[in-house]
Amino acid sequence: MAKVTIDGVEMEVPDGTTILNAARSVGGDIVPPAMCYYSKLEGSGGKCRTCLVKVSQGSTNDPRPMPKLVPSCRTTVMDGMVVENITSPEVLEARKGVVEFLLINHPLDCPICDQAGECDLQNLGYKHGAAATRYEEERRTYKKIDIGDKIKLHMDRCILCYRCTYVADQVADGDRCHGIINRGDHAEISTYIEKAIDSDFSGNMIDVCPVGALTDKTARFGSRVWFTKPMDAHRDCENPKCSGKVVVWEKGEEILRVTGRKDAYHEVEEFICNTCRFEKKKVSDWVIEGPRHINNKSVISANHYEHLKDIKEDIEKYQKQVAANINKA
Amino acid sequence: MGRKLLLEHVNVPGIETLEVYRKMGGYSAAEKAIKTMQPDDITEEVKKSGLRGRGGAGFPAGMKWSFIDKKSEKPRYLVCNADESEPGTFKDRYLMEKIPHALIEGMLVSSFALGAKTSYIYIRGEYFYVLRILEKAIEEAYAAGLLGKNIFGTDYSLDVHVQIGGGAYICGEETALLESLEGKRGNPRMKPPFPAISGLYASPTVVNNVETIAAVPHIINITGDEYAKIGVGRSTGTKLISASGHINNPGTYEIELGITVEEFIYSDKYCGGIKGGRKIKAMIAGGSSVPILPAHLITKTANGEDRLMTYESLSDGGFVSGTMLGSGGFIILDETACVVRHTWTLARFYHHESCGQCSPCREGTGWMEKVLHRIEHGHGTMKDIDLLLDIAKKIEGNTICPLGDASAWPIASAIRHFREEFEYHILNPEKVKDPKHFAHEPFVSSNVENA
Repeated sequence: MAKVTIDGVEMEVPDGTTILNAARSVGGDIVPPAMCYYSKLEGSGGKCRTCLVKVSQGSTNDPRPMPKLVPSCRTTVMDGMVVENITSPEVLEARKGVVEFLLINHPLDCPICDQAGECDLQNLGYKHGAAATRYEEERRTYKKIDIGDKIKLHMDRCILCYRCTYVADQVADGDRCHGIINRGDHAEISTYIEKAIDSDFSGNMIDVCPVGALTDKTARFGSRVWFTKPMDAHRDCENPKCSGKVVVWEKGEEILRVTGRKDAYHEVEEFICNTCRFEKKKVSDWVIEGPRHINNKSVISANHYEHLKDIKEDIEKYQKQVAANINKA
Repeated sequence: MGRKLLLEHVNVPGIETLEVYRKMGGYSAAEKAIKTMQPDDITEEVKKSGLRGRGGAGFPAGMKWSFIDKKSEKPRYLVCNADESEPGTFKDRYLMEKIPHALIEGMLVSSFALGAKTSYIYIRGEYFYVLRILEKAIEEAYAAGLLGKNIFGTDYSLDVHVQIGGGAYICGEETALLESLEGKRGNPRMKPPFPAISGLYASPTVVNNVETIAAVPHIINITGDEYAKIGVGRSTGTKLISASGHINNPGTYEIELGITVEEFIYSDKYCGGIKGGRKIKAMIAGGSSVPILPAHLITKTANGEDRLMTYESLSDGGFVSGTMLGSGGFIILDETACVVRHTWTLARFYHHESCGQCSPCREGTGWMEKVLHRIEHGHGTMKDIDLLLDIAKKIEGNTICPLGDASAWPIASAIRHFREEFEYHILNPEKVKDPKHFAHEPFVSSNVENA
């Protein structure tokens, strides 16, 4: 076990934990934002540089500070390490710079983007970005392409987090035809000569995408995300690798979209198969468990469906009370 | 002063062949090392010599070797970084082209010291003809029993392979080089783990520059202590400098570390002075990535001491009034050169070569290039100068590999030392429209008068 102090909060975590995961074990404001790290994808992280933190004391044995800011998602903790995240102006300044870099070539088309409302970049921009841009040049643009018949790639919005390439590699049965081509700011996500992706788990790319670069073609432009009701649901999936546990996004009696269940850090709990995601769009396909609590701080977390759950509990309690009273009488 | 080791026999006809190379004493160091020395003794000898990495960072080579994970059961590898892509640097090419066996002998001794049974030379794609020369030399060495099984009748065996790169600057960064060598996209890896623990094929690996490896046989020949006597302080031995720009004799020179910059620029033995007797304007001491220095800081440091061609003296004053020895790509700009145009050209290079893995470098290099393009072509505004400094500051130190720093340093230093020239471009857009704007009528700044 290692004792770490992040922004003055002390915690004890197992050796080999990264600073980011140590912070997540406590939660709250001390957790650095992460755009490319995804705990369920091996090798992810270190690229976006939004989670940079300052290590002001390396460890008890070697108390020297680290010379540069370090990516908290890839730096493991040492016993006695002291980390500064939001308490360090240097970190906040660097983070502001990174947000600016991520946004200079981003189209900022949130008003027509399907991800708006549940977009990590949007949240990051609100929290750490500047109000205006200093970028006067033309933004780079790409053609929109289909990768597979159910996924749309809108490369303009991509922040090159590489998460989807890890999904293609690790989740979608080693589908290695999906990767990055070109270099520098011309780099783009691509499938091998636009070869369609036909793995059963390819749809998870949409869930891991922090921005609106990869969207579900069966649900695009269906509704703004904050007008839909997220409900936990499950079904017996034929695919043995798929748990069938999902969130269905309803509008009225209609299921507009099916996604994995995402936690407070916008990571899915379990990857789901394409059949569940793209083909089961009838209420009768699913066993609805109840409203989904959206932990991630975003527009949808402010929606008002969640209290239904409390009401249900209240009613149950009330019914029990009534039943007990009747019995007594 | 003026001792030569690496290029001592460069003018001997036929030195590229094994026969002549051996006649000149070649492979004697390898024989001595493999037959009479223990691997650890060689590392010790290299440590004593104070040899520092010649690729740019100047990290002590012996120390790098000693970091290699000896407990690992995986094979160890030596990888020679011949992906010499730094603008202004062409010393490795010269060495490999003229004396290919110097590198192969170095590979043999170094691989023996590290216990590597297979070694790789990763050479940049543009050096195709050098690849041919190296391959021929390796064939000769195999035929003579200097590579392959049971070298010099001992039980030590070594295979050397040459791998050609695809022409990306980023593959000169050691971990990107390893990725590329493994057949993957040349993206730098996160460190730690360092290559000495987990490098090529996740095995302990040492990556060294061509010149570093080629210097090892000389250290064995003359002993580490003797090698350490050459040079000044912690800058020991000789160094190849590739000089280019507005000088009379551009070319590759071997210098003893410790000669003065003044001697190097003006002596007929080396650069031979500035072309056409014009005034010097700026110097880039170690390849395009290092900070540029203005005329008054070239031959003297900020304290008024003579500036020497050493790691320490060139970096005297930090980045405020110093630079770095880097890879030894020595570029001189005279008074007719435009620093803004020069900086823009470099920015264009880094923009083109950024791998695109981490956001500050991917987006920042392109942004800086666009702003510099604007200033150079007379469309800039005064706030652009501070914008450039701010972008450079936000890239520096926040990236995965040093390419981000390398793109930020030249721009930040050019603005630091030549701000007037940037302002001139903004205030006189009509005058800078001609691409050769300073070629006819030198820009007069207060810096030139100070010199």
